[in-house]
Amino acid sequence: MVSIAHEVQSAHAPAHGAHGSHEPSVLDGPLSAPVGHHLPTTTGLDSRKLLMWLFLASDCMFFGSLIGTFMTYKGRSLIPPSPHEIFDIPYTSVSAFVLLMSSLTMVLALAAIQRNDPIRLRVWLITTALLGTVFIGGQYYEFHVFYQEGLNLQHSLFGSAFFTLTGFHGAHVTIGIFWLLYMTALSWTGRLNAEQPLFIEIAGLYWHFVDIVWIVIFTVVYLLP
Amino acid sequence: MAVTIPRPAAPAAPVQAAPEYGTLPSYRGFLSWLTTVDHKRIGILYGCTAFAFFLLGGVEALMIRIQLATPNGTFVSPDAFNQLFTMHGTTMIFLFVMPMSVAFFNYIVPLQIGAPDVAFPRLNAFSYWTFLFGGIFMNASYFVDGLPDGGWFGYVPLTGPIYSPSMRIDFWMLGLQVLGVASLAGAFNFLVTIINMRAPGMSLMRMPIFTWNTLITSFLLIFAFPSITVGLILMMFDRFFGTNFYYAPNGGDPLLWQHLFWIFGHPEVYILILPAMGMVSEILPVFSKKPLFGYPFVVYATVAIGFIGFGVWSHHMFTTGLGPIANAFFAASTMLIAVPTGVKIFNWMFTMQGGAIRFTTAMLFAIGFVSMFTIGGLSGVMHAVVPIDMQHQDSYFVVAHFHYVLFGGAIFGILGGIHFWWPKFTGTMLSEKLGKWTFWLVFVGFNLTFGPMHFLGVDGMPRRIYTYSTFQGWSGWFGYDWLGWNMICTIGAFIIAIGILTFIYNAFHSLMGPKNAPNDPWDAATLEWSLPSPPPVYNFRVDPVVRSRDAWWSWKRRRQAVEAGENVATVTLAGHELGHVEFEEDHPSEEYLAQEANFTHGDPSTVHIPNPSFFPLIAALGLVTMAVGMIFSYVLAVVGFLYLIVAIGGWAMEPTG
Repeated sequence: MVSIAHEVQSAHAPAHGAHGSHEPSVLDGPLSAPVGHHLPTTTGLDSRKLLMWLFLASDCMFFGSLIGTFMTYKGRSLIPPSPHEIFDIPYTSVSAFVLLMSSLTMVLALAAIQRNDPIRLRVWLITTALLGTVFIGGQYYEFHVFYQEGLNLQHSLFGSAFFTLTGFHGAHVTIGIFWLLYMTALSWTGRLNAEQPLFIEIAGLYWHFVDIVWIVIFTVVYLLP
Repeated sequence: MAVTIPRPAAPAAPVQAAPEYGTLPSYRGFLSWLTTVDHKRIGILYGCTAFAFFLLGGVEALMIRIQLATPNGTFVSPDAFNQLFTMHGTTMIFLFVMPMSVAFFNYIVPLQIGAPDVAFPRLNAFSYWTFLFGGIFMNASYFVDGLPDGGWFGYVPLTGPIYSPSMRIDFWMLGLQVLGVASLAGAFNFLVTIINMRAPGMSLMRMPIFTWNTLITSFLLIFAFPSITVGLILMMFDRFFGTNFYYAPNGGDPLLWQHLFWIFGHPEVYILILPAMGMVSEILPVFSKKPLFGYPFVVYATVAIGFIGFGVWSHHMFTTGLGPIANAFFAASTMLIAVPTGVKIFNWMFTMQGGAIRFTTAMLFAIGFVSMFTIGGLSGVMHAVVPIDMQHQDSYFVVAHFHYVLFGGAIFGILGGIHFWWPKFTGTMLSEKLGKWTFWLVFVGFNLTFGPMHFLGVDGMPRRIYTYSTFQGWSGWFGYDWLGWNMICTIGAFIIAIGILTFIYNAFHSLMGPKNAPNDPWDAATLEWSLPSPPPVYNFRVDPVVRSRDAWWSWKRRRQAVEAGENVATVTLAGHELGHVEFEEDHPSEEYLAQEANFTHGDPSTVHIPNPSFFPLIAALGLVTMAVGMIFSYVLAVVGFLYLIVAIGGWAMEPTG
């Protein structure tokens, strides 16, 4: 007769075999290491990646509500300046272009880790973070110019809605920059294995989302008459 | 041909090896609760905390009813009355019904889907601590500046800086933000768990119906909460930084708050009721000994409610003058959402029809849910009709309506769920005799409290008034000023209180008694009942294999068939097909034996158990420190933020074992 304990062991054996080649890494235990993540999931999608997708879905509603607020108040500000007296669209177009290019470098970073090329991974991660920083610097300069011209958070309805919406987007980009730098540091200290493009992929999902949101904000806030 | 099952006479001698806790120490006693990441313990923490807030909200309700029992009441001041009704609503919604539902999600869902835990155990602990600190933070307002007093809906401009200069609203809006973080983190966790951690063979249409309701509720949460988050951020900016979002003199529009609030607020109604619907959908089949009637339709109806629930919010705003087109649209969508709800009610009734019904306490609460929720649903459809709604707006008729759906619905469902799953949670059985006393006291008290409010409402009694005079016709029967519907309501409220006290006595009495609850006291349908009561820390020793809906019923029938040597391929219950099984002819397969090992608890498992961790608690403290800092000192807010960052860093670097 076969003991139950033996049955349990044998039932577990294939699952352990399935991840035998997995190199242990510090990232096996970060922020969101799920239970039993070494086991195949129901959908085949890693739980951490699924979490990021769901978070982005929720964040869509967050930005949707902020953009909706801006749209509601468009043209209802009682105090000048109006948006088109103050916007410098060519300038903001350049900074939007910089941010969009950072999505390209983000993809190159992911391709690098998938090819097991840690040098290029770090090059492209730092480039992405730099492009993001240029965008944030541009936003800071733009805010500064507007502030000089008298537009601030309290000044008018337009000021409140504009600084809140773009400010929250800027905060998202800033978090993304720190995340990319953290990933670079992990790669530098050898703790980001070539077997784990997942972590770059998840950071990339977030980064691309933030870029896409900027396309919407740029259109709605700056371009729409 | 009879089949002999080589079942071990005695399970292999229990191996006393310590469970694997990885590299961190396993804490004991009080520390083990502070550091726990076990979904069952977190469920218990959620449940106990939510119940404590339930008692707090209940005491607030009783004070409201004492004040309103007689005309010209002087029990509390008008200011105190505003605080009471605000915190009664806020507490019952955000600090009782939602977290109590989460307690059930935590304890039940991983067991129902055959998972070892939720997907992100530490994030789960973080949700709990954030909820606890958020609830304490909001109520701590009492010791600083009095409780929040702007209503649970917090309409601007009343809650703006001009008309509410005190700190009360600051505590309310920041407390809601903190609670929102807890709810969102929990919802993400349950979504990933349900989507990704189901046992082999558990397709979506084999999922237990409670798990389905958890899934839809979590989707509602992640899509609805950002809206109130933005609303609250704008309110916070208006109050702290002098922005103009709701400030009409600069062009701001107070209606924006109402939209942002109700785009969240109406899905929130379904966030409150869907978990209770899920519990009732589990209880009714078990005590009718019949599978849930029209399971796919109940699932589709739940999904439909989830979708349409986002398209009805403006029925809370018919009197704000949105115009005939908007009113017509929202009236139609509101009537439309009654259709899937009605589908569910008929499914529950047909589940009971022809069943072998056992009137246990849980079943009584479930039947009470169906009948009381129907009454509340019908008065809800009345409010879809714009002219009627305009008459009822801000009257006690509305109070009657939403208490019939939230108390007669959500709380009846939760009380049913507590009585149903109590043996699984605690390993002890509740007294059925006391349980029936609880049910009848709560049922009678509930109808005495909220039934007459329909009459008061159509008689013109407004909500949120702290008192009324003898001339207004809401009292004064038989020449006695103090006698009237309001007095009946108050008496009913105290009968509910006696019912709840009966439950508390029953609970303590049962916890003091022997831990002798069987694994499956009700002959129930879902996998959590296959495990010991309470289940071992690792839940299942091997992944359960699911071959049909109602997996545990199906397994039990299959086992009977194996023992009887029947060569059946279809498992039926009460004439209803549960599903098909692949039958082994000669001897029980390895899978069969491994599955049996799950159900005959013996030696500890080799299942990986996540490490306990302090970091969820530490991170939650950082979050609430930020909230305190926003009110008292921005320096403290920055300190709280940096502390949170450090905590997350430590969290990220901590080995999970």
